[in-house]
Amino acid sequence: MADGNARNRLAPVPFRGAGFAPGEHRLGGAAALVALVAIWQAISSFLGVSPLFLPSPIAIARALWRLIVEGDLLSQIGVSALRIAAGWSLGASIGLVVGLAMGLFTFARAAGFAIVSALFPIPKIALLPLMILWFGIGEPSKIATIALGVFFPTAISAASGVDSVPRNLIRMAQSFGLPFADIVRKVVLPGALPSILAGFRISTSIALLLVVSAEMVGAEKGIGAFVLQAGNLMQTDQLLAGVVVLSGLGLAVARAIAMLEKRFSSWR
Amino acid sequence: MARLVVDNVSHRFGELDVLSDVSFELGANEILAIVGPSGCGKSTLLSIAGGLLAPAHGAVRIGDVPATSLNPLTFVFQDFALLPWRTVAGNVAFALEHTRLGQREIEAIVSDVLARTGLADFASALPKQLSGGMRQRVGLARALAVRPAILLMDEPLSALDSQTRDLLMEDLERLLEQGNMSVLYVTHNLDEAARLADRAIVFSRRPGRIRTISSAPVAREKRADPAHAEAIARWRADLWAMIRDEAQAADRETIDG
Repeated sequence: MADGNARNRLAPVPFRGAGFAPGEHRLGGAAALVALVAIWQAISSFLGVSPLFLPSPIAIARALWRLIVEGDLLSQIGVSALRIAAGWSLGASIGLVVGLAMGLFTFARAAGFAIVSALFPIPKIALLPLMILWFGIGEPSKIATIALGVFFPTAISAASGVDSVPRNLIRMAQSFGLPFADIVRKVVLPGALPSILAGFRISTSIALLLVVSAEMVGAEKGIGAFVLQAGNLMQTDQLLAGVVVLSGLGLAVARAIAMLEKRFSSWR
Repeated sequence: MARLVVDNVSHRFGELDVLSDVSFELGANEILAIVGPSGCGKSTLLSIAGGLLAPAHGAVRIGDVPATSLNPLTFVFQDFALLPWRTVAGNVAFALEHTRLGQREIEAIVSDVLARTGLADFASALPKQLSGGMRQRVGLARALAVRPAILLMDEPLSALDSQTRDLLMEDLERLLEQGNMSVLYVTHNLDEAARLADRAIVFSRRPGRIRTISSAPVAREKRADPAHAEAIARWRADLWAMIRDEAQAADRETIDG
């Protein structure tokens, strides 16, 4: 044991474990957004930037309020939401079935991965003219484009979700004599669910992106058509009000998926 | 009478021979330990015995099993293999839900095995909320729920710390005494084998061959008596003497690739 003098000569061990552990900050995200909007407002108010090039946040808020109260923004949103719902449901259900088959069966896996790898990188909006040729200028071509965009990430996430189910759980189920369908229902699907939901998070963003693009190419109603029309008429406050709505839609969908993830992946 | 007969079983994974001509019998109510160096094919043999892996050569046959058994050959896994999204009770019920039993019978069995394994107070806990020892108790409760004729235990205690292992071994002894079960117990831990097994099969290094089958010098129920401690320790030392050189060679083989 060191005596008093010897102990005084001992140097403290320096702390070297700081950093590399980013945490959560309750108000950090909101504060950053508020700061961004405040800086934007200050630039618009004090630097004399033309409202045509950069409308102020207050002007955008006014335009948004006017569009909601007097205009038909809500019905435009409704039209887009219906297209997203139809296209996403179609693409996600087919993608889910194909992805699960790719995760479970050898032939489906070989064929599925080859086809998905070849077609996934194609920007789906490039196929819209073809969809219009096949399905006409109306709703089916837009819904088909969204469904196509949603199909690939859903199929990939479902297949990798099945891959990520620990093999020991499947062997355990087999060892108790569970039939194939029961193993899929009780082990594979719940185990793959976190990955499937992560895929949904991506596919809903893609659906939002595609509905706007499709509506810009060939639609009279919908939030994409509205934004395009506002741009053509140089109504940049309305254009940005439409963008704010899109951002709100994206956030709402992401929030809904996060709630689903919390509900179904709480065991993780 | 033999409850399980392993007959000339050999197996290979691709070019790698893992088991070579393995034959033995497991008697009724017998605990048969399988020991040997790492990579000698012990777990592969257990998978073959339980029907999870088809042997390249040979066969495994099962004898008469009690009619009450819902899953005659039942595994207890090294890594517990619990469904993380199910509660303790849900994990135990999982093994019964596809059987002919009704919901009430399932609930009765689940509550009985949870009580027997000291898990009654944890029925609604998720696996992530349990310690390693408690998780393996759930694995054990799930196995007991189907009233197995033969328990296939694949290093069931190796993922646990030594204190938990001792505690669980005591529980295991008690539970195995209660049931009409035979046990094939794969382990690399000779203390477990010397404490629990009636006989021990010593495997050579890969490809695993049976070097010897050695009977315990003292009956299981008498092993707690300190008078037999020396005989048990000698048996353990004999088993280690047979494995030591093979384990060393297997270790070098792994390092040398």
